[in-house]
Amino acid sequence: MTEQFASKSAAAIDRAKAEGRAALVGYLPAGYPTVQDSIDAGIALARNGADLIEIGIPYSDPVMDGPVIQAATTEAINNGFRVANVFDVVAGITAATDAAVLVMTYWNPVMRMGVDEFSRRLAESGGAGLITPDLIPDEASEWFEASDKYGLDRVFLVAPSSTPERLDMTVKASRGFVYAVSIMGVTGTRQSVSSTAEDVVARAHAAGAERVCVGLGVSNPDHVREIAEYADGVIVGTALVAALRDGGVDAVGQLTKNLSAGLGRAAADA
Amino acid sequence: MVDAPTASSEENAADAFLQGGHSLRNASGPYFGNYGGRWMPESLIAALDEVQDTFEKAKADPDFLAELKDLNKNYSGRPSLLTEAKRFSKHAGGARIFLKREDLNHTGSHKINNVLGQALLAKRMGKTRVIAETGAGQHGVASATAAALLGLDCVVYMGAEDCRRQALNVARMQLLGATVVPVTNGSQTLKDAINDALRDWVSNVETTHYLLGTAAGAHPFPAMVRFFHEVIGEEARAQILDQTGKLPDAICACIGGGSNAIGLFHSFLDDASVKIYGFEAGGDGVETGRHAAAISLGRPGVLHGARSYLMQDEDGQTIESHSISAGLDYPSVGPEHSYLADIGRVTYEPITDTEAMDAFSLLCRTEGIIPAIESAHALAGAIKVGKRLTEGKEDPSEISVIVNLSGRGDKDVETAAAWFNMLDEEGHVKGTTLSTRKPKGPAERTSEAAVDVTEDQN
Repeated sequence: MTEQFASKSAAAIDRAKAEGRAALVGYLPAGYPTVQDSIDAGIALARNGADLIEIGIPYSDPVMDGPVIQAATTEAINNGFRVANVFDVVAGITAATDAAVLVMTYWNPVMRMGVDEFSRRLAESGGAGLITPDLIPDEASEWFEASDKYGLDRVFLVAPSSTPERLDMTVKASRGFVYAVSIMGVTGTRQSVSSTAEDVVARAHAAGAERVCVGLGVSNPDHVREIAEYADGVIVGTALVAALRDGGVDAVGQLTKNLSAGLGRAAADA
Repeated sequence: MVDAPTASSEENAADAFLQGGHSLRNASGPYFGNYGGRWMPESLIAALDEVQDTFEKAKADPDFLAELKDLNKNYSGRPSLLTEAKRFSKHAGGARIFLKREDLNHTGSHKINNVLGQALLAKRMGKTRVIAETGAGQHGVASATAAALLGLDCVVYMGAEDCRRQALNVARMQLLGATVVPVTNGSQTLKDAINDALRDWVSNVETTHYLLGTAAGAHPFPAMVRFFHEVIGEEARAQILDQTGKLPDAICACIGGGSNAIGLFHSFLDDASVKIYGFEAGGDGVETGRHAAAISLGRPGVLHGARSYLMQDEDGQTIESHSISAGLDYPSVGPEHSYLADIGRVTYEPITDTEAMDAFSLLCRTEGIIPAIESAHALAGAIKVGKRLTEGKEDPSEISVIVNLSGRGDKDVETAAAWFNMLDEEGHVKGTTLSTRKPKGPAERTSEAAVDVTEDQN
């Protein structure tokens, strides 16, 4: 990994590590149900134990998302969400909390705004970087340039199906952390976390990744506890979105508190 | 004897390109100029690599090619005919119009070419299940057909709106043993069916091949789907030389994702004298915003794994496309078409619903052929091209034009009947409800199994 800049995501994960635990990464879509609600929910995430926050850009064709996140992002778009609002959400959360705030986005909205322009505005709003579910390093030359220019983290995904060559290449291309997909599938809650997750994390560590976070299908403290044993961070998405849908900002705070109880030694000591 | 200015300038562009010593045929991907590539989740990259590797090996394997050729001949009924449309030609400035009869293939469209090829590859990869998206239902029917033939499980994703428009094809797929999943996300049309098929693929990639139906998507699909359709152009080239002794002046095809078009175009790309036209769905008219003319009015973006022309708003959100033809109702287009548009080798123009339906009716009445509404866009375009190219010619019959009749219109009869005001207020064809006899209905079933089946279907 290149570390020309102080990576905000790496710093947040390292702070958790110093406390003897894995980091908690919480996902919520920008503009769901409104822009202000998503700022409030992001702040609730951070205040209840999330170390990093992933703000998703609602997109018309979210092929990596299951029904819960699809429904939420569709509603956000129907409620008038505009891509530029994501910078307000990032700025709103970073102004109120110490959490590292990344944006998770399908690539076309970034390409449409212009990769450089998008990156400039993200950095300006205090964002840590981008998680890019449908952008692989092979197609990312513009993003390499812009992320270096503005000091942003590049979080690429690795999957159980990634070959050793691709894993190696993706780890080297990433900055901040590497996002390990726990299972072959789309976002959504699942009964158990696949055993393939541990293998992917081990392979990513072996390829030189200092920080590997696991996402997809993680929804309860037991999952968090299991993954915190071997990964540097645990990513929760759908369960938080469902909590926001069903119980509003307070429910997000409560679930985050429950989830963070599974993070490791520090939580157990408390 | 003067061509329209647009025609001559595009000929020059093509000449310039070809004089550079380049061939436009056999572009292998992953990139076509700035288009194409793999804008896909990492989870699917290994599967794409496997498809690519299997395809490259198969393409060089005489056994595979022989098997495909045998299926094309003895199952699909290839070569498809090249029929001169003599009465229709009179409406196209007198240019000789030749129809490449992909409508005569088994299952009624060009889609079978690609499906047989990919289904054979699925077997080679040891997959037991194929999934497909479908718009008009033609690709879904073809996929269900190939799956039945080769003993594969088949699931077809189809927009709920398209299920409504093409109910007959839903029944056909079910009769062939496929499961049809109506997609209620987003615009409920082709793009959303592709989204759901991709979600299925990423979850079931060990057992499943995604049998993508058009020359779009991530590499290797655009180059691979083209390869399986190249037979259209190869046959058409030999047939027109046989029938007229010369190359055509122009060739025409409709463009949704662009698979029938790229299959026809391929054999003529390096012949600078042949003008090439792709006709996109202009819907209610491109000025209304309700259309599917991605090249004519879109701008480059990424959707479903490829960078290509895309109908998108200022935020990069995909804009819903509109067309009377379910098969052209797609907001992007195959990346090779975007490239061919940029370099000026192929001219892309929109055709409105009205123009397409006029041509649909004209072909029915002048040639006794009911075309798919998709193909009717190419016919409407050919009328314009014929008139353009024959302008000022003493003998317009010197001009010959090939139109890819990519599919037959049986599936579109209901849409056409509604369009031409042939239905009564209750949606019945006028004049078909006069019988005073009690309907006989199907014979009563006695066995329990038969009763169960009937109940399931209710």
